[in-house]
Amino acid sequence: MEIVRPQSHRNLFSSNDAVSVPSLPLYRSAPPLEVRLEDFESFAIDRLRVLKGISDGLSRGKKPEEMEKLVKELWKVNMRHQHASEVLNKDIISHFVLRLVYCRTEDLRKWFLSMECALFRYRFRFLTPEAQRAVMDNFDLTCRAVNNVEFESIKEKLGQVARSMGQPSPTVDAIFYKVPFEEVPELVAGRKVFISQGYAYVAMNQVVSLVATLFRSQLSKTLILTNRVAINCCRKWTSSIREQEKHRLTPIVEALSSSYLGPDFSQPREYAEISLKDIDQVAKSSFPLCMRHLFDKLKEDHHLKHGGRMQLGLFLKGVGLNLEDALAFWRAEFSKKVGLEKFEKDYSYNIRHNYGKEGKRTDYTPYSCQKIISSTPGAGDQHGCPYRHFSEENLRAALSRMGVNSRAMEDVMDKVRNRHYQLACTLTFEALHGMTCDAGINHPNQYFSDSQKILQPKKDSSAQNLVTARE
Amino acid sequence: MIPQQQSDFDHNYLKPYYGKLFPFADIFKWMTYGHDGKHPGCDQSYFGRREFSFTLKGDFYLRFQSFNNALELENSIKEKCPLKIDIGPVYTVDPAKRHAYAQGDNNVFAPVERELIFDIDMTDYDDVRYCCRGADVCLNCWPLMTIAIKVIDASLRDDFGFNHILWVYSGRRGVHCWVCDGKARRLTNEQRASIADYYRVYKGNENSHKKVSLMGAALHPFLATSYTNVLKDYFEKILLTSQNLLATEERYEKILSMIPDESIASELRGKWQDSRRSSSAKEDINVVRWEQCKQLLQSGKHKAQGLRRCVEEIVFFFTYPRLDMEVSKHMNHLLKAPFCVHPKTGRVCVPIDPNQCDDFDPTTVPTLFQLLEELNNEGSRADVNGAEWNGTSLGNAIALFRTSFLEPLQKACKEEIERSYNLKLQQSKNSVGW
Repeated sequence: MEIVRPQSHRNLFSSNDAVSVPSLPLYRSAPPLEVRLEDFESFAIDRLRVLKGISDGLSRGKKPEEMEKLVKELWKVNMRHQHASEVLNKDIISHFVLRLVYCRTEDLRKWFLSMECALFRYRFRFLTPEAQRAVMDNFDLTCRAVNNVEFESIKEKLGQVARSMGQPSPTVDAIFYKVPFEEVPELVAGRKVFISQGYAYVAMNQVVSLVATLFRSQLSKTLILTNRVAINCCRKWTSSIREQEKHRLTPIVEALSSSYLGPDFSQPREYAEISLKDIDQVAKSSFPLCMRHLFDKLKEDHHLKHGGRMQLGLFLKGVGLNLEDALAFWRAEFSKKVGLEKFEKDYSYNIRHNYGKEGKRTDYTPYSCQKIISSTPGAGDQHGCPYRHFSEENLRAALSRMGVNSRAMEDVMDKVRNRHYQLACTLTFEALHGMTCDAGINHPNQYFSDSQKILQPKKDSSAQNLVTARE
Repeated sequence: MIPQQQSDFDHNYLKPYYGKLFPFADIFKWMTYGHDGKHPGCDQSYFGRREFSFTLKGDFYLRFQSFNNALELENSIKEKCPLKIDIGPVYTVDPAKRHAYAQGDNNVFAPVERELIFDIDMTDYDDVRYCCRGADVCLNCWPLMTIAIKVIDASLRDDFGFNHILWVYSGRRGVHCWVCDGKARRLTNEQRASIADYYRVYKGNENSHKKVSLMGAALHPFLATSYTNVLKDYFEKILLTSQNLLATEERYEKILSMIPDESIASELRGKWQDSRRSSSAKEDINVVRWEQCKQLLQSGKHKAQGLRRCVEEIVFFFTYPRLDMEVSKHMNHLLKAPFCVHPKTGRVCVPIDPNQCDDFDPTTVPTLFQLLEELNNEGSRADVNGAEWNGTSLGNAIALFRTSFLEPLQKACKEEIERSYNLKLQQSKNSVGW
């Protein structure tokens, strides 16, 4: 791919033989195209709008059907081009520019990978069967279709799997693909496929999952490679590019990567700093249900299992509790059950570890709603998202302890039944604070800071709203 | 309930244990996976990139220990006498040199291989066993572990195609599983999590209501096979009676609370409240009541929602394996090495033969004191091989480890090394001749 100004021609990527691409490109190699400098930036920003839109949709807990519609709309609005023939080029170029930008750190890579994979998955669903088969050909899948003889021998088992998912048994002309189970982790995890001797038998309507996994693993590998290439490229690039161009491109690239990740609460905001004596009170007024539950259980049992210590501990860190106060807090509770000595021996290390003072000194970030919702609390655990993990009975009891009135309760339970856990939490917030929360709850620390903003408005008049994530 | 056994353990006795009994050579052979330098295709650095960690007396914890050969491993353990030895993953580079490679964001120090492991702990079953609680185990609840071994072992082999599987007694209240096929060692975290989820049926805790939920018109073949081959019989023929699951009001109420149809639950409750007075001593009361329960639930008379799989759900609730998900999901999770001595019980972590796991008795596993006494009694009668454990109870355990696990594994590893070496040769030949 070359970036052109009228006079200069510079090869950024090695050119590859033109390959006939299906209408859904796999971005395996950068084709030799000329890109105008203006398009370089604008194409990337258009695609970024699509990816950001997907990110927002996912964090609002949109169901798959809603996501499909959203993606279709986002793509139509942002990725069109006045010349129909240029649509594919815009698709490919924008992907490669963003790849260059987002390959540079682990966090950026993770985000880019997730969004590109979600985009790919939904676009795949819209393709015609022929186009889908073309993509599958590219992944060498069509040759792995199960033949009649094998089908007959496993037909009954395939039927059992289908019926376990509330689907009809496969008919004799149903197509199944036999792939190593490693290639369909989602389907394996959900027990949605028959597995035998290391192979999973994937139904045609499950092929999306398979293709998405293959796409993901391919992209993941190349992102890491791109990082190494990009580092070298950038060195050559900045040294050889003319002054004007350098000043135009570098800020574009920098801005693109830092704009869209949202706050991660790794730096506690000043106005949210709390001290030991405040905790009991702010727990009642500003903790989201998940943290309130953990807090109450800790006070009751003077103990929490590992999952609970992590979820609550990191939340408190995000809220502004410093290490000394954190140690005092946990020590006060735990020592009532296990004694002072055992606390120092077994538990204080982990608290310091969470604050980045031990071991490899990673400063852990508080868990987001997505992470908490997808956790798997087991026997004896108290962590997780109560909207998801509690029975209806227990959830109602917990919410009424928090002070949610009966009318709001029904709205919240309705959201829970439809699996919109974050929306349920948002409604709870609104009911308790008497104010709407337009942004929706994505993060327990966001719940806390929004709550404090309402309850203590004087402290906050000049505080900034968004903390952009640093690389 | 058998109270927690007297600890047959004394740290001073670890020295002679490591001195004469711990099978260093076998552990080394296992951990090298064929890379012993005897074949040109061997990776000489492989063993040295494996992490071990030691828990020393006084709760000192040494992580990222690595060794270049068997002798270094042996000397370090004999010198330090760890209370516990954990095995971690194989990393990209020698763990001892990790700081040199962890530069900023691009972490080049990362795990590359690690056995697929499972940890099954009796404390996770406290809500379905009445004989013991917490760290205690007895022969009445041990069948829960037997069930877990049978269900998981069969599935690992039949469904996932794994062959080199080692089951180990954890020394007190559970079992560990090590899946050592090359394919298993190279699984990513996501793939490990997917296997753990595949095995997950029991969800939730005291906060959730229904912990086992089997929807759908049919059971997934894995669940159906497990039910038919293992769970049903163990529930009906062993656990119902040994745990007295329906004998008292408190216990049968627990099962009744799992029936979503209140009219059926009431009908059963009515029968059982009466039958206390007119019990025929012939048949076990639990068996009788279970038959009555099944009859009502499977009669098809009541078409209530959620009733279809109620019988299976109850059986699964009381028997199906409960794995510790976190242990299996991450490559860098450490797990205790076989043949360690458990400091609370003094018992050795011996292998369990999955084909004979019905006969495994945790109360007769050799202890540290017992073994040392046996050594003393052997006196000067040295074994032909020079291996002192041969004359002791440990002999059987080590023989099992070798014949059913280590030898087949080594054979397969050597074959794999040779195959990939020949492949590389072939490829380089091909690329030269263009």
